[in-house]
Amino acid sequence: MALAFFVPAAAAQQVVGDAIPASLTGQPGDAARGRAIVANRSVGLCLLCHAGPIAEERFQGDLAPSLAGAGSRWSEGQLRLRIADGARLNADTIMPPYYRTTGLQRVARNFDGKTILSAAQVEDVVAYLATLKD
Amino acid sequence: MRALHFGIGLAIIFAASWAAAQVGADKRRSGTQDMGEALQKMQDDDTANPGMLFVQLGSQSWAKKAGTADKSCADCHGNAGTSMKGVAARYPAIPKGAEAPVDLDGRINLCRTENQKAERLPPESRELLALEAYVAHQSRGLPIAPPADPRLDAFRDQGAAIYRARQGQLNLSCAICHDDNAGRKLAGVTIPEAHPTGYPIYRLEWQTLGSLKRRLRNCLVGIRAEPYASEAPEYVMLELFLMDRAKGMVLEAPGVRP
Ligand code: HEC
Ligand code: HEC
Repeated sequence: MALAFFVPAAAAQQVVGDAIPASLTGQPGDAARGRAIVANRSVGLCLLCHAGPIAEERFQGDLAPSLAGAGSRWSEGQLRLRIADGARLNADTIMPPYYRTTGLQRVARNFDGKTILSAAQVEDVVAYLATLKD
Repeated sequence: MRALHFGIGLAIIFAASWAAAQVGADKRRSGTQDMGEALQKMQDDDTANPGMLFVQLGSQSWAKKAGTADKSCADCHGNAGTSMKGVAARYPAIPKGAEAPVDLDGRINLCRTENQKAERLPPESRELLALEAYVAHQSRGLPIAPPADPRLDAFRDQGAAIYRARQGQLNLSCAICHDDNAGRKLAGVTIPEAHPTGYPIYRLEWQTLGSLKRRLRNCLVGIRAEPYASEAPEYVMLELFLMDRAKGMVLEAPGVRP
């Protein structure tokens, strides 16, 4: 337990193929909380780049594919890897690595060593995206 | 045979006019073109552009004696309308006797300390921005024309490297947004091409004038990168690179931004 605490976030993830099959927390996420994270411009930041089926957020981005239908296209494990560290699948991706602290340059002091989302928040977002069926 | 000649002739004419069109077509867009019509009008109308108040203030500072030398800018440079014309279009530059480039605020502060024997004006202070706006305004309408000084190359290259490097917790680079995704929407905002055509700008969100450095700092904070210290050489390097990238584009200072 004490040891797990010191293992860097990235190392703790078990990547299998193009997915992280197991929950980062060992618990399922909460889709309602996940929706709020995705919608929040300073927490999830997702809608800066993506559009998504969140009608009350009028300003959505078009730098990335729409999140609508993400739950039909991908399994939870596939979504988890794409959010945690999409660069493992596409080194040139512009999608930020939400659950990685290594290999980053000049991170602002107040964010240094921290992941963009916590493990629990990643799980909430995964749970929400999984509900987005076409 | 005749038809063939005709065909070749046509092909040559088309090729020539196509090449001419390529030379003539400058697809670069100033950030001004990405704003709504109301803001464009505000920028173009001197009585509505809030930046013009700073230009006014700057013209007063220009004539005001300062420092232990008790000299004004005008005492050395005379009429800014002639002496400062084109200056903003060729900065950053390397001052005489120096080895590293300075931008326009840096140059103004050099005159403060060396020629007026006065205190440096703090970064983003009203008086510094006003002087900068006044000087930049004298180049309004002129094309950006970086000096052909080979000593600048190494600094500009460093600016280009910073521009292309990913940084910050979001792991993005300037180039990802401003080259690869310019014109697309980041949330509700059209990503501009990042040409420094309008600086210093009056930004409605700031409710004041701000320098290019302040804009760059905003972008760095946005990607959760550690901003460079307020007078760090990295800003001048980036500015050198951006001015070169915008070479030939028309200066519009003081610009207005949302
Ligand atoms: C800075 C831009 C940016 C931000 C912010 C961003 N993404 Fe992405 N995302 C992308 C891009 C671009 C892709 C396309 C795939 C690639 O480039 O590898 C992508 C791909 C994805 C995919 C796979 C989509 C598919 O259908 O192929 C998912 C799911 C996803 N993002 C979810 C999210 C979520 C959830 C968030 C916020 C927690 C988020 N993204 C934040 C840019 C972004
Ligand atoms: C995630 C996207 C993003 C990144 C990365 C980014 N910028 Fe920007 N930049 C923007 C947006 C969006 C605006 C304009 C919108 C606004 O007013 O906030 C902007 C505005 C600018 C402008 C002002 C353009 C004008 O017409 O007024 C400049 C110059 C600029 N950025 C340079 C840079 C540089 C240099 C970097 C890297 C150090 C950088 N940006 C990184 C998104 C980005």
